[in-house]
Amino acid sequence: MNAPVVVPAVAPAVSALLDRYAGLKDRLPGARIAWVEAWRQRGAEAFRAGGFPTKRVEAWKYTDLSALRETRFEEALVATDAHPVLPEQAGGEEARIVLLDGRFRADLSRLDGLADGVRIESLADLLSSDDDALREVLGAIAPADLPLPGLNAALAEDGAVIRIAPGVDAGRIRIVSLGIAPSNHAVAFHPRNLVVLGAGASLTLLDGAHGAGKGTYWQNLVAEIALGEGARLTHVRLQDEARDAFHTALVAVRVEAKAEYDSFTLVRGARLARNEVHAVLTGPKAALHLNGAQLVDGERHADTTTVIDHAAPDCESNQTVKTVLTGRARGVFQGKIHVHRVAQKTDGYQMNQALLLSPEAEINAKPQLEIYADDVKCSHGATVGELDHDQLFYLRSRGIPEVEAKSILVQAFLTDAVSLVSDEALRETLLAATDAWWDEVEHPA
Amino acid sequence: MPAVAETLETVRDVTQGTYKWGFETEIEQEVIPKGLDEDVVRLISAKKQEPEWLLEWRLKAFRAWQSMTEPTWAAVKYPPIDYQDAHYYAAPKAKADGPKSLEEVDPELLRTYEKLGIPLKEQERLAGVAVDAVFDSVSVATTFKDKLAEVGVIFCSFSEAVREHPELVKRWLGTVVPYGDNFFAALNSAVFSDGSFVYIPKGVRCPMELSTYFRINAKNTGQFERTLIVAEEGSYVSYLEGCTAPMRDENQLHAAVVELIALDEATIKYSTVQNWYPGDAEGKGGIYNFVTKRGACRGRKSKISWTQVETGSAITWKYPSCILQGEGSVGEFYSVAITNNFQQADTGTKMIHLGPNTRSTIVSKGISAGHGQNTYRGLVRIMPRAKNARNFTQCDSLLIGDQCGAHTVPYIESRNPTAKVEHEATTSRIAEDQLFYCRSRGLTEEEAVGLIVNGFAREVLKELPMEFAVEAQKLLAISLEGSVG
Amino acid sequence: MLKIEGLRAAVEGKEVLKGIDLEVPAGEVHAIMGPNGSGKSTLGYVLSGREGYEVTDGTVTFRGEDLLAKEPEERAIAGLFLAFQYPVELPGVGNANFLRQALNSIRRARGESELDAMQFLKLVRGKVKALGMSDEMLKRYVNVGFSGGEKKRNEILQMAVLEPAFCILDETDSGLDIDALRIVADGVNALRSPERGMLVITHYQRLLEYIVPDRVHVLLDGRIVRSGGPDLALELEEKGYGELQAAA
Repeated sequence: MNAPVVVPAVAPAVSALLDRYAGLKDRLPGARIAWVEAWRQRGAEAFRAGGFPTKRVEAWKYTDLSALRETRFEEALVATDAHPVLPEQAGGEEARIVLLDGRFRADLSRLDGLADGVRIESLADLLSSDDDALREVLGAIAPADLPLPGLNAALAEDGAVIRIAPGVDAGRIRIVSLGIAPSNHAVAFHPRNLVVLGAGASLTLLDGAHGAGKGTYWQNLVAEIALGEGARLTHVRLQDEARDAFHTALVAVRVEAKAEYDSFTLVRGARLARNEVHAVLTGPKAALHLNGAQLVDGERHADTTTVIDHAAPDCESNQTVKTVLTGRARGVFQGKIHVHRVAQKTDGYQMNQALLLSPEAEINAKPQLEIYADDVKCSHGATVGELDHDQLFYLRSRGIPEVEAKSILVQAFLTDAVSLVSDEALRETLLAATDAWWDEVEHPA
Repeated sequence: MPAVAETLETVRDVTQGTYKWGFETEIEQEVIPKGLDEDVVRLISAKKQEPEWLLEWRLKAFRAWQSMTEPTWAAVKYPPIDYQDAHYYAAPKAKADGPKSLEEVDPELLRTYEKLGIPLKEQERLAGVAVDAVFDSVSVATTFKDKLAEVGVIFCSFSEAVREHPELVKRWLGTVVPYGDNFFAALNSAVFSDGSFVYIPKGVRCPMELSTYFRINAKNTGQFERTLIVAEEGSYVSYLEGCTAPMRDENQLHAAVVELIALDEATIKYSTVQNWYPGDAEGKGGIYNFVTKRGACRGRKSKISWTQVETGSAITWKYPSCILQGEGSVGEFYSVAITNNFQQADTGTKMIHLGPNTRSTIVSKGISAGHGQNTYRGLVRIMPRAKNARNFTQCDSLLIGDQCGAHTVPYIESRNPTAKVEHEATTSRIAEDQLFYCRSRGLTEEEAVGLIVNGFAREVLKELPMEFAVEAQKLLAISLEGSVG
Repeated sequence: MLKIEGLRAAVEGKEVLKGIDLEVPAGEVHAIMGPNGSGKSTLGYVLSGREGYEVTDGTVTFRGEDLLAKEPEERAIAGLFLAFQYPVELPGVGNANFLRQALNSIRRARGESELDAMQFLKLVRGKVKALGMSDEMLKRYVNVGFSGGEKKRNEILQMAVLEPAFCILDETDSGLDIDALRIVADGVNALRSPERGMLVITHYQRLLEYIVPDRVHVLLDGRIVRSGGPDLALELEEKGYGELQAAA
């Protein structure tokens, strides 16, 4: 990098955040640990280079970040000393991690009685104690060049670290992430969660993001997930941020041979949500299920963008994402399946469907196949439309009022996606969330 | 896998020299010096004795082009093009304003077209097909003009249209592809030298297939032709273009623009068999085919149907599109694209639904072999007024060998809930059991592959006019020779 | 006509044929019977040269030539025909076109003149009729959307048109009702001649009521464990393979 560099003009919003990084970096957890510093610095550079991507950037073609860029966020630097009421979904007997505005709150978590081989810790603590094992995960799985995850690396103060020893079945663990912004100013937080499953380990992770206050906040999350050979992670995510919240998430997953990542993401909150998943299958016979549903109403904008990298032979991936839009909502689905030359015998399937329920809703979809191996079976499908008139008529002709008939069909559309979750109790939770959303949404007569 | 590799070997030997259209015509040429600036634009316009308004239009396009940058979003790779290192006008030396009739055409040129399988003498032609032959920068002959004139159909070279029908050209030129539309369209608008012009009057069903045969012959030249087809209310025309070029080590640029306008209840069927020189087995040489094709369904119930068989060119960058304005108008895109050796194709379509009850169909069949890279890129956009719009897209890719790539990049944008969009895409290779089945019935592996590939492309090939369907089938097989397998 | 000696073959590294000796002279019909997994279909594929079936030992001589050295199409040209248990679908490839191309490829190799579309249609229509098929089947894509019975009849049609010297019928009876079975069997019997050999692979005795074999061989675990006349098939029908299996 000795060549004279033309320094591009950095937008004020970007330089404000970079200044914050410059001011904070000596006090952030892990400061003065060389590799952590280098990781943060790389992140800051990625953010400096990419900033808040505009719609001219292909990956952001359909999502406008100007509202996010123009909001002035304060740092949620001082730990919020609140004792919030936990959402209903936080119940149950399983181990529980509570993150409040991105900070690990041991006092609200339930971490006693963890089985042998199950470790749950705060990222801040681990960074401060220079846990060298983190190096193999932290910043090692998420792509290094993405700007918002870069900003996360620069400013991440905390997060949950879950590590399961080889061969251990860890049962269920719940993450409850609460966003409680003060009402007088907007705050941003950048949590980073790490989930590491040793060979043959298994876990069901219930991962909820909930808005608990009235203020505006921006959760800029990165999760890095490493699944060792033959490991199995069921990851059910519920994004139910506050209505005025911004939610940008990158979930980066590495799936080794014979391991399986089975995820379902239900998106129903935040004024602007970008859920990005990058999954790479690195060993033969790995499997990936990346399903989800987006429920978008009012003026909200929800974007699901996924990249599935088949980097090994004999792997399977499938994906079904459904989006329901009402009001003036905008939905985005971008899904790329990349099959590398070595990834012979890949079986890849992707389906995305959108239901437009109002004249002003909008959907943009870009399913994408990029294939460099010949012995593969890859397909994708996409449909966009409204409720089926014949079905509606059929229900009404049996005496069901129109509004109810619509509800039935919308629920059927969503149930079809949710049914991909194999655990019955989790399915019920998700369906309850979709029901609740549908009840909240205003239905024009 | 082994069987495929084996075939790859066997047929690789045959590959070289299968491009049988690669000869060069020795003819005295008039070529203007290399380079591109405003003076060159003026010179081209002067050579064509164009009216002032057209020169002004070219200059506006040139200035727009200068301020633009070459697009980089397509999945194609090539070294930077030096736009100053090419001739922008080359024409066979002829009498001042071109030949008046076939008798005046240089016999060497007639022989060239005969060799290409396009005899220009009317008595030898397929009775149902009229041809405009474009050689480098100029049209050298147009057949059946008089017969067509009887029903009011105008079919002539673009230059002639500018001279004889300036009001029509002025009215429609640039109304579908504006001069500043994109980098290559702007370049074309500045320096286009000839092309075909078609006008079908109200209520006329064009009595024969119209076709233009493009031939690049001169060295270091680009070909920049422009085609404009206007179909008035209730008319019908089927038009076909074919293209070939000599085998050369250099890359040559072809940047064409095609504009179609269909008024109320008019139908335009536009078919292309693109067989530009694809370069050799090592990827040396070949045409850069950067083409802007767009049709506007202006009238209600109008229809524009694109069919393309893309077998040639080193690089193809091409998205024949439909703007569906008129209520109930219909857009279709049927495409077969083959990339073999080191060919790269990034091709697809845009269907822009503006009007209510508009319908579009996209069927794309991509075949990649050798080191070929084949990308389908398509946009289906439903605008708020496009009530009850419908789109169906089927996009299939076939991979032959493990060094090639097949990519699918559809964009689906809907802003009307009553619209219905369906997209399906698959990628696979020729199944071993299909190959074995054919071979166990006595077909060689190469024959078997040809048969299966033609089957794969059947849905598109059946859209071609009869006269060309057979030729296209053969072309598919030939294009796969050498990498087949 | 067909002579198999000490044939051993493996699929994905697993030995399936463990030393087969079998001779089928011209004019004779031999049946290979055996339970599922005994190697019957493997034998058919090895003889017709399918990839993935690795011959590890032994020889196969067909009309005096080394069959195993030949490519699948060379075997077809030499006169070997396999009627598939599961005929393959070829979307977009017209049935008539396929059959004509196959026939002409074989005729060309034999030094005979190729048939044009008209000559071919004349030839094939007669055969179609004899097999109780409709002309419409010729226009459809090869095996695409065919019922199980139609696929099997289509195989026999190909056999009738290509007139091979030796036919291998791989479970041609599976998935056929009694009427279809009779039609198929009639088609096969019509092709019996002193110059032609046949190998009928089947699980059940039923087919052999219609195509009466000269010899019956029982294949068990990759080996021929018993050979006999047509009566052997009846005996098997009665006793099942269990006894033989126990004996082996």
